[in-house]
Amino acid sequence: MSATAQEQASSHPVLEMRHISKTFGAIRALQDVSLTVHAGELHALMGENGAGKSTLMKVLSGAYRPDAGGEILIDGVPAATGDPIKARAAGIAVIYQELSLAPNLTVAQNIFLGNEPRRFGIVDRDQCNRRANEIIARLGVSFSARALVSSLSLGERQLVEIARALSTNARIIVMDEPTTSLTSRETDSLFEVIATLKAQGIAIIYISHRMEEVYQLADRVSVLRDSGYVGTLERADLNASRLVSMMVGRDLSAFYKKDHRPPDAKRAIALSVRGMSDGRLLKNCSFDLHKGEVLALAGLVGSGRTELARLIFGADKRSAGTLELDGKPISIGSPREALDAGIAYLTEDRKELGLFLDMSISDNISMGVLARDALTGGLRDFSAAERRAAKAIADLSIRTRSAQANAGSLSGGNQQKVLLARLLETEPKVVILDEPTRGVDVGAKSEIYRLIDNLANRGIAILMISSELPEVIGVADRVLVMRDGAIAGEVTTSGGEPLRQEAIMELATGAAQE
Amino acid sequence: MTDRTTTSVDQAAVRSRRLRTAFAALGMLPVLVLLAAGFQFINPRFLTETNLLIVTQQSSINIVLAAGMTFVILTGGIDLSVGSILAASAMVAVLVSLVPDWGLLGVPAAILVGLGFGLVNGLLVAYIRLPPFIVTLGSLTAVRGIARLLGQDTTVFNSDLPFDFIGNGSLFGIPWLVVIALSVVVLSWLVLKRTVLGTWIYAVGGNAEAARLTGIKVPLVLLFVYGVSGLLAGLGGAMSAARLYAANGLQLGQSYELDAIAAVILGGTSFVGGVGSIWGTLIGGLIIAVLSNGLILAGVSDIWQYIIKGLVIIVAVALDRYRLQAGART
Repeated sequence: MSATAQEQASSHPVLEMRHISKTFGAIRALQDVSLTVHAGELHALMGENGAGKSTLMKVLSGAYRPDAGGEILIDGVPAATGDPIKARAAGIAVIYQELSLAPNLTVAQNIFLGNEPRRFGIVDRDQCNRRANEIIARLGVSFSARALVSSLSLGERQLVEIARALSTNARIIVMDEPTTSLTSRETDSLFEVIATLKAQGIAIIYISHRMEEVYQLADRVSVLRDSGYVGTLERADLNASRLVSMMVGRDLSAFYKKDHRPPDAKRAIALSVRGMSDGRLLKNCSFDLHKGEVLALAGLVGSGRTELARLIFGADKRSAGTLELDGKPISIGSPREALDAGIAYLTEDRKELGLFLDMSISDNISMGVLARDALTGGLRDFSAAERRAAKAIADLSIRTRSAQANAGSLSGGNQQKVLLARLLETEPKVVILDEPTRGVDVGAKSEIYRLIDNLANRGIAILMISSELPEVIGVADRVLVMRDGAIAGEVTTSGGEPLRQEAIMELATGAAQE
Repeated sequence: MTDRTTTSVDQAAVRSRRLRTAFAALGMLPVLVLLAAGFQFINPRFLTETNLLIVTQQSSINIVLAAGMTFVILTGGIDLSVGSILAASAMVAVLVSLVPDWGLLGVPAAILVGLGFGLVNGLLVAYIRLPPFIVTLGSLTAVRGIARLLGQDTTVFNSDLPFDFIGNGSLFGIPWLVVIALSVVVLSWLVLKRTVLGTWIYAVGGNAEAARLTGIKVPLVLLFVYGVSGLLAGLGGAMSAARLYAANGLQLGQSYELDAIAAVILGGTSFVGGVGSIWGTLIGGLIIAVLSNGLILAGVSDIWQYIIKGLVIIVAVALDRYRLQAGART
């Protein structure tokens, strides 16, 4: 490239998003966000859940049209907005978290799906395979274009998605938490591919929560918070506490809970877990949970936290392991038995595994105790359900028009409170909360934290799974960290010192071992 | 000024929401009324007491089957075997009625046989975890064979049927068949809407995994609904035998399951489970009966009756979807 051409290329960033706002009815999902991305750059996009990252990327990919006043420039030229086909033609490709491949077709067929090279109107299979192999070679990876996608690992499938993006000559590739379900080997090879792409002048917008990845990869980092743009840091200025404070918008110390209950040997053990294994991922997990304690279960996604919780709750079959509740051995083979024993579980996936969206809030809250409330002859006691619903709506400040409204009509935070209410109605001794604030707005979050605190103060033992470190540090008294299906270690604190975020991360990533 | 505008807009919104809710609660009733009015216009004999009694009587067995089907479809399942179970139960009803002095036991025998087949379906679906469509497709065929076996593949008669009043008698001027069908509907409503078990049925259909994690014994609920469907098919068998003084294992109840499913779907019950009501099923069953009867009165040929019935089912359900979506949008 000649010097003038280079100058010209660098005078226009490959992508400029200017003054992008997006409102849905009364809800403002994006407010005047601007983002500039250069060719060959990896631009990390960070922010808490619901900060607006996904919405911004949907505007970029054409799934949403920005409100008037916002514009997208590609190579300095205004591009059409709100049109996915034109966005793709302009060189924008998005690799989604949920992969969108057809497993029973070959790699080549997937790469050219909907865009097959044709001859005389029929698919030219030879050309298809040849061009697919060229693209795969460009990525420097080692599977055949003729391989069935179902035979590939998750990491390889992601590379197929990237190959598909390259087949349409994408110059801006968006990756949304690409390493979430990858093994460390797969992550490494993804990073190599990313380096190759950058060398070829492709710009990458990289959404991630993992600080260490961002450190390793990013040329620049932009942060969104509460639907707005906060700022951009150059690689040289990267600094964890600064990034975190940009994301949460406050000094991290403000998040810390005032009084951490230090581990107390005198406090009675509520639940004792020994040697839990599931024959697949989980290996010999043992720990004690004390009364009135909030024990966090931290670790990266895929480390086995939810699997362990489901095993304790009897939702899945265990291959080995024993439980003791209040010092007495118990056998739990189903969620029913767990609930009867006094162990309750809040699922991480409230829509798929928790709520009955077409049923009333009142029915949802009482669902676990219908039999206990029943009148003679198995008739429903509707007044009991109404009483429970009215109390829960008041206690947890669930915002709804009526207890008879469908659970599906509530916002995420209020749906979560309905599930918490259902769990509390069973009067548990041990509560397992799996990502209790996932997809919940800031206000509801702090209410849920207060609720957790109250439960602990009443002597209920709480095991909380959370992927958000500030939450773990702010809410928990003690932290267990899982890695690769085993308990990697414990992080505690003495006195008023806050739990150390670094200590947790080191255990979760395995850095502490080396 | 502005305030008043907002309030009146709010009131209009509330009013239109109420209207929509009321309309949603009515479901397919307007379709039934329109159909009846249309047939009355074509043939004034339609809305006579005699004819309406015929219509309700003809619909009664289908409504009993459809009530059981409602339980099953509410859990997201399907029961294709009810027509065959009805045939087998009717055979048992007539055969038992021939036993001297014990003939009245034909009715409970038919019901128990139906319950038995239903429980077998339920065990396979709930505990072996086979897909309901496949299980009941299998029993559709197998039970049909059993029905034929019961009478050595002949028609069995009993001209002196001890329980013939069920099929041909009346209670205070209302045919027993209609009384039974309405009682089944009322009982079903009671179970579905007023008992713990009923709420569990909706919960299992709405989200089976969430139901399990809430401590609901999902297999027991499934066993119950297939048991109910079988039991009501058995009752339908007894009603059918009582009406005909006879039963035939080969012909009786052929494709009854389809009319029952059609009634449930016309009634607005969701095919994936969790949403629906027994009142909707009652209306759906009546729509099917009114269509059959009205088309005959209008002099439409048998062949065209099939075509029209099929189209009405599709169009009615399509309209229903459209209406619900329109409601959900605003």
